[in-house]
Amino acid sequence: MKAAVILFPGSNREGDVARALHQATGHEPQIIWHSDEELPQGTDLVVLPGGFSYGDYLRCGAIAARAKIMTAVRAHAARGGLVLGICNGFQILVESGLLPGVLMRNTHLRFVCRMQHLRVETNSTPFTSAYQNQQIIEVAIAHGEGNYMADQNTINLLEGNGRIAFRYCDAQGLMNAQSNPNGSINHIAGIYSEKFNVLGLMPHPENLIESLVGGTDGRGMFESLAHFKSAA
Amino acid sequence: MFGDRMKARIIVTLKSGVLDPQGKAIEGALKSLDVSDVLGVRQGKVFDIEIAAANKSEAETKLKMACEKLLANTVVENYQIELL
Repeated sequence: MKAAVILFPGSNREGDVARALHQATGHEPQIIWHSDEELPQGTDLVVLPGGFSYGDYLRCGAIAARAKIMTAVRAHAARGGLVLGICNGFQILVESGLLPGVLMRNTHLRFVCRMQHLRVETNSTPFTSAYQNQQIIEVAIAHGEGNYMADQNTINLLEGNGRIAFRYCDAQGLMNAQSNPNGSINHIAGIYSEKFNVLGLMPHPENLIESLVGGTDGRGMFESLAHFKSAA
Repeated sequence: MFGDRMKARIIVTLKSGVLDPQGKAIEGALKSLDVSDVLGVRQGKVFDIEIAAANKSEAETKLKMACEKLLANTVVENYQIELL
């Protein structure tokens, strides 16, 4: 698994995701500057990390989505290469058109930073194979604009084709107003592209990889990715 | 070609039907300040842009490109270009 983590001005979780990938795959990912024009030869996975790229100016992720390196990321995705966008990375993916919909301001207008349960909707993708189907996991969330929204046709398409990756829920898997931290439609926490090679999610699995700092429920994603390459 | 210097104002607003929690919060604040008869608030953005173009239609073409490529997220926002 050869991974490249894109660094934008204002990214701040690139170290966390690099550590998680290193732990799972045994290889250190390369950190790639946003104004570069090419990905390293043989890149399997591109990660757009969390943070506040360009200070969230204009709209979250809007300016990063137009960075030079994104042309190469789009081409990588079009070839079927894996792309993972976490938090601000998810916002960049929807702004770049690699995933549909938008991430609006949380309905209660507050930044949420807390632990959150999610349901893994399917384990038959390169990102989730190490989880059980419908497994409830607990990871961290930290965002002010995570309220996923799309028009009804897009939602129907995502739901109909099993493209919802994760949903917000409580420890028992229940979905109600209390277990939805930001007002996302259908409790959507993450979605896949049409070919399931691009995943965007608001929560931070990369921060839950050590029992010393809160839990290891996030490891599954990076183990899935490590496993995917060895199986391919 | 470098042409005349023109000024433009671009207004970006949320499409109707898109929930605007910030607008709602401002509406609530206005009510709490006893500003009467406020029936609704929608928050938007204004961009004042200076642009060089040979004529108005060229300026409009360039500004439309700016809106489509960056200034508005046309999934949820509308834009309006005014040449001043």
